Amino acid sequence: MTKDRQKRIRNFSIIAHIDHGKSTLADRLIEKTGLLTSREMHDQLLDNMDLEKERGITIKLKAIRLVYKANDGEEYIFNLIDTPGHVDFNYEVSRSLAACEGALLIVDSTQGIEAQTLANVYLALEQNLEIVPIINKIDLPSARPEEVKKEVEDVIGIDCSDAPLISAKDGINIEDVLEKIVSDVPAPTGDKDAPLKALIFDSYYDSYKGVVSYIRVFEGSIEPGMEVKMMSTGKSYEVTEVGINTCKQVATQRLEAGDVGYIAASIKNVKDARVGDTITSLENPTDSPLPGYKKVVPMVYCGIYPAEGEDFNSVRESLEKLQVNDASLVFEPETSVALGFGFRCGFLGLLHMEIVQERLEREFDLNIITTAPSVIYKVKKSNGEMIEIQNPTNLPPATEIEYMEEPIVDVSIMTPTDYVGAVMELCQNRRGVFKNMEYLEETRVVMHYELPLNEVIYDFFDALKSKTRGYASLDYELKGYRQSELEKLDIIINGELVDAFSIIVHEEKAYERGRYIAERLKDVIPRHQFAVPIQAAIGSKIIARETVKALRKDVLAKCYGGDISRKKKLLEKQKEGKKRMRQIGNVEVPQEAFLSVLKYDEKK
Amino acid sequence: MKELAIYIHIPFCISKCYYCDFNSYPNKSEYIPQYLKNLNREIKMYSKMRFKYKIKTIFIGGGTPSSINGVYIYEILKNIYDNFDVSDLTEVSIELNPKTVDDEKLKIYKEMGVNRISIGCQSLQDRLLKTIGRVHTINDFYKTYELLKKHGFSNINVDLMFGLPNQSTVDVLSTLKEVTLLDIKHISFYSLIIEEGTKFFYWYNSNKISLPEEDEERNMYHEGINYLKSKGYNHYEISNFAKEGFECEHNLFYWKLKPYIGLGLGSHSNVGGKRYWNYEDFESYFKHIKHGELPISGKEVISKDMEMAEFLILGLRLISGISKKEFYNRFEISVDDVYGEVLKKHRDSGLLYIDEENIRFTRKGLDLSNLVLVDLLP
Repeated sequence: MTKDRQKRIRNFSIIAHIDHGKSTLADRLIEKTGLLTSREMHDQLLDNMDLEKERGITIKLKAIRLVYKANDGEEYIFNLIDTPGHVDFNYEVSRSLAACEGALLIVDSTQGIEAQTLANVYLALEQNLEIVPIINKIDLPSARPEEVKKEVEDVIGIDCSDAPLISAKDGINIEDVLEKIVSDVPAPTGDKDAPLKALIFDSYYDSYKGVVSYIRVFEGSIEPGMEVKMMSTGKSYEVTEVGINTCKQVATQRLEAGDVGYIAASIKNVKDARVGDTITSLENPTDSPLPGYKKVVPMVYCGIYPAEGEDFNSVRESLEKLQVNDASLVFEPETSVALGFGFRCGFLGLLHMEIVQERLEREFDLNIITTAPSVIYKVKKSNGEMIEIQNPTNLPPATEIEYMEEPIVDVSIMTPTDYVGAVMELCQNRRGVFKNMEYLEETRVVMHYELPLNEVIYDFFDALKSKTRGYASLDYELKGYRQSELEKLDIIINGELVDAFSIIVHEEKAYERGRYIAERLKDVIPRHQFAVPIQAAIGSKIIARETVKALRKDVLAKCYGGDISRKKKLLEKQKEGKKRMRQIGNVEVPQEAFLSVLKYDEKK
Repeated sequence: MKELAIYIHIPFCISKCYYCDFNSYPNKSEYIPQYLKNLNREIKMYSKMRFKYKIKTIFIGGGTPSSINGVYIYEILKNIYDNFDVSDLTEVSIELNPKTVDDEKLKIYKEMGVNRISIGCQSLQDRLLKTIGRVHTINDFYKTYELLKKHGFSNINVDLMFGLPNQSTVDVLSTLKEVTLLDIKHISFYSLIIEEGTKFFYWYNSNKISLPEEDEERNMYHEGINYLKSKGYNHYEISNFAKEGFECEHNLFYWKLKPYIGLGLGSHSNVGGKRYWNYEDFESYFKHIKHGELPISGKEVISKDMEMAEFLILGLRLISGISKKEFYNRFEISVDDVYGEVLKKHRDSGLLYIDEENIRFTRKGLDLSNLVLVDLLP
């Protein structure tokens, strides 16, 4: 059970477009396999009585181990590794895929290939994974498996001649998938006697064990009691537990080359067990880490403030709790004239920002206001000092600025050739500099642009998706800083400058953005007893102006027949709406207003 | 003994007007006999509850109560007179629409003590009547008016609407002029509200009809108020005008938060610190009465906080507003202690007049009353 054992391990992910049946297939695979080898069953004698019950939750685990008795009579260990799918988390996804040798590509036989499918396939190809195509939903009357197979062959260029045709929902041909995993996904290689080399592909905080990291062992082995070192930080820890995930965590004696499992080592913060880092042995370290580690740093900043009636301290406590599990979230306190005490928070990208915001609202039941996202600008002051600005409000007056620099990213956009024109137009509108374009195949290209990050965070992803009907995928990487003509755009509502709306924009964009924000605010700010002027200004110059007309009528005309309850409901609804307002001077500004300036409608 | 108002609902009409979201059915005439039988049983159920109230007003509304046989109205009123203490009864109203009454019906109404008639007129422009789905014409209205006079009804209300599609301020004023030439004691002058589920709602949202601009609509209201005042009508509630002494006593029960019971399909009651309401569908309504139960589908217990809010929300609908003393007598706490801050805020913004004795809306406050009412909710 040494070299032999490794031969019977299969590490893989499932990649699919949303709704194409990823989790249903995962459930089927779990159902059709066991969770322990027969030897392990005897050894451990099952405390797995709750198996059935827990099945429902298994796929929520980051990685699960299954045992499959194949037609060749051998028992194989399958490690199924879950991946999220969004450009903000591309790095995490790429690390999860790096832990595998193969990927099951599920394509819906009624829909064919879709955007997310391609984006994920390219990520998998970058990691040199073996792609196993699977055609799903053949039970549906509108299924067209042969056409879809051809599409996969044409677009992605992988052989589909013997791709399993399945219905994950009805459990049709699942065995074919299992046999395909055995035959097509390569077994891991790696010397279990070499110095330890293991990849962290996910970490989370557990209040009993400390940080638990999901790892893939590439070389050597790891066991409790061993002193290990994180290669990026040089910090060392004593391993307290190693194990595998069946439907729950099962502690084992060791993990060795080829294995996927978890370790705990009394680590206090996920920051010290970062995704992508290499774990090695302190005593007998490997000479080089696994490739591809990078410390993910926040690219996007925004203010998060307690909304009317919400407590500052509960926002802080909640952010702290999130941070324990999310190494890429950073925050520090700040104050705003309009919004009071809050936090400046840093994120990987817009989706990450939205997720954090949503978790604060849902999991922690907080009522918060988010300000427009910003990037980090470098400002050279006339006195020679160089400062970094994350919050537009902190920008010194124009007279004190010698020049400013903004972050530039290298952007690659993969798109079907049909949309090349649309993508070019979009990038040009966003101050993009075209670098080059490569044909991946006849119908697909990858376009490379240099774009200012502040254009990318400004609803670029959504615009790209809508202009390419969802087919394009996006990746970007920080290239560096470039001097740029930037200005601070302020919004003045009813004569009061609302700092939370201030943004830094390129001078060429100032008018357009100013006008757009003023228009949007005009639409979302409710009418008041008095007219509310909204102005956009650069310095003391007003560049756009809109007015919310005074409210002339807000009255329940008829009130008889005795149905007072219904009238009260109308008033209560109105009152609910008011609760979501932020008082700025005399003006009530809805919380959506802060969000609405983040979104940009390209068509307008 | 306390005073009580009774509302009776007749959910039948000839056709549904485009703006109407009331509980009324144009094509259910086969239900009429069964409905009336059940309604009379419901009335009796209350009387058996040894109800310690004196009936002050009765209001028969709809729907179109005049669209059903006059004998039914006779039975309802007789039933109430036989089973309740009506020694203090002062006002008995019935709603009717032009084209639905004749000598026989009016004779019965008169005999049975109906002393106030409310005519659903809405407008005196035939094109507008058509626009809003009314089945009568101006001519029908005048005929009905003559008939009422002939039978000696003097206390007549006319319902009029403004803010209708394609209506101008000139249209509104000409209607008011025509109506005030007649001997009409009371006018309900209210703005069209597009209610969910109506034809207008659907048409409005699919841009098939357009309404007057808000400024124009307010102009209709303000000009209307001025005109009616000049003709000797007292503007006593947001949408109601009356000649001296002809205010609708029944509606004042609602606005002054006095007890009332509503009988019939979907009717609402407010009595003994509770609001409750009947089923809105015939089946449930019939079923409960058959089992000897009141056909109540829901209720709301009114907390003291809510009662105080309602006292203001409803009381402020009256142009004279609410009396601080009445508030204190009813709740044993001064209105300033409860709502001081809110009242001050809205006085400063010009929506309320507040003096030593009363609180009432300013002219601007009447247009924007919800801004104040919302702040009064507990």
